[in-house]
Amino acid sequence: MDELYCVHCGRTVEQCDAAACRNARTSLEPPRFCAQCARRMTVQVTPSGWTARCSRHGETTSRSHQV
Amino acid sequence: MTAATQQSESTVGEQDVLAVAREQVLERGVGLTQDQVLQVLRLGGDRLQDLLALAHDVRMRWCGPEVEVEGIVSVKTGGCPEDCHFCSQSGLFPTPVRAAWLDIPGMVQAAKETAETGATEFCIVAAVRGPDKRLMSQVRDGINAIRESGNDINIACSLGMLTQEQVDELVEMGVHRYNHNLETARSHFPEVVTTHTWEERWETLRMVREAGMEVCCGGIVGMGETDEQRAEFAVQLAELGPHEVPMNFLVPQAGTPYEHYETIEGPDALRIVAAYRLAMPRTMLRFAGGRELTLGDLGAEQGMLGGINAIIVGNYLTNLGRPAERDLSMLEDLSMPIKALSDTL
Repeated sequence: MDELYCVHCGRTVEQCDAAACRNARTSLEPPRFCAQCARRMTVQVTPSGWTARCSRHGETTSRSHQV
Repeated sequence: MTAATQQSESTVGEQDVLAVAREQVLERGVGLTQDQVLQVLRLGGDRLQDLLALAHDVRMRWCGPEVEVEGIVSVKTGGCPEDCHFCSQSGLFPTPVRAAWLDIPGMVQAAKETAETGATEFCIVAAVRGPDKRLMSQVRDGINAIRESGNDINIACSLGMLTQEQVDELVEMGVHRYNHNLETARSHFPEVVTTHTWEERWETLRMVREAGMEVCCGGIVGMGETDEQRAEFAVQLAELGPHEVPMNFLVPQAGTPYEHYETIEGPDALRIVAAYRLAMPRTMLRFAGGRELTLGDLGAEQGMLGGINAIIVGNYLTNLGRPAERDLSMLEDLSMPIKALSDTL
């Protein structure tokens, strides 16, 4: 499914400031916003991965997500 | 005084502080004073390799070649009432981090993942001012479940400021080490946190020490502090005498007051690591958050050869680290053995 929103800032892909959201810092961050609806997600980071849950679109994990 | 004379005297001073450190710290095991740490922090780039080599010699002489490996996990994320300006988990700043609780199976799994890396330490962390009954109960249940799973990894906690009753309760649970960072120099702390004081944190550390738990206390560099304050913090930590000092490098977090701060330069980070080693020759000095961004792969190796003797592997609380396998491979390449669990009991 295509990503409509930036997972780091929650703006639409077109409005996202790529310089601010695709850099060394954000490469070390899990997604915070749902790529489908831009809702802020509940994120749990664990030693070897992360799980992000959107109240509408469900769970994404580090194993299933390619940033 | 001419510029040439000034340069000459500066060079003599730089040579002197390393020569003094070699005799004082390496030979006698006496940490540098605040003024000496400041001199080290002001060494020119041409002396950095000499400084790192000396810090490494000091580490090997007084701590040995082993590296303690640790994993950490957040059991209560976000929604913190405190205003630590560096932290994305403060509920007072418009950060994208939402509150979350890790359940007991999640704690057991995180401890298992940590143990599988060969780590001997697993730290349970919560973003709180201090623990309430619910959190203490969650931690107790989590520790019991980790033990029932057959995992005998050492368990540390970082739950904010404690009462004496809570300190005693953690000891009874079998928590062997408690992390509570002073974060920065006493003189700089009010610029970083306004909802509690440096002295309140110190009081928790005092109780932890008196209760017999190991004290883990460090901070974050790159929060606008001066070199003088970095030197001040080094000797304040030395005065505390913690078992372990985790060294974090600021990762500017979206929505926090420090969002637009620049990360410190790699050579400066290495200089600070080495200076802190020379201030605390016998203390475990741990690479913690921010090293990936500040130092990269090469800088991490230089740090391991410049005074560091412990490392957090895998992810952090809200940010990601590099895969544990890469750090373990680095240690193998450097011929640095991982501290065994049996050595810590």
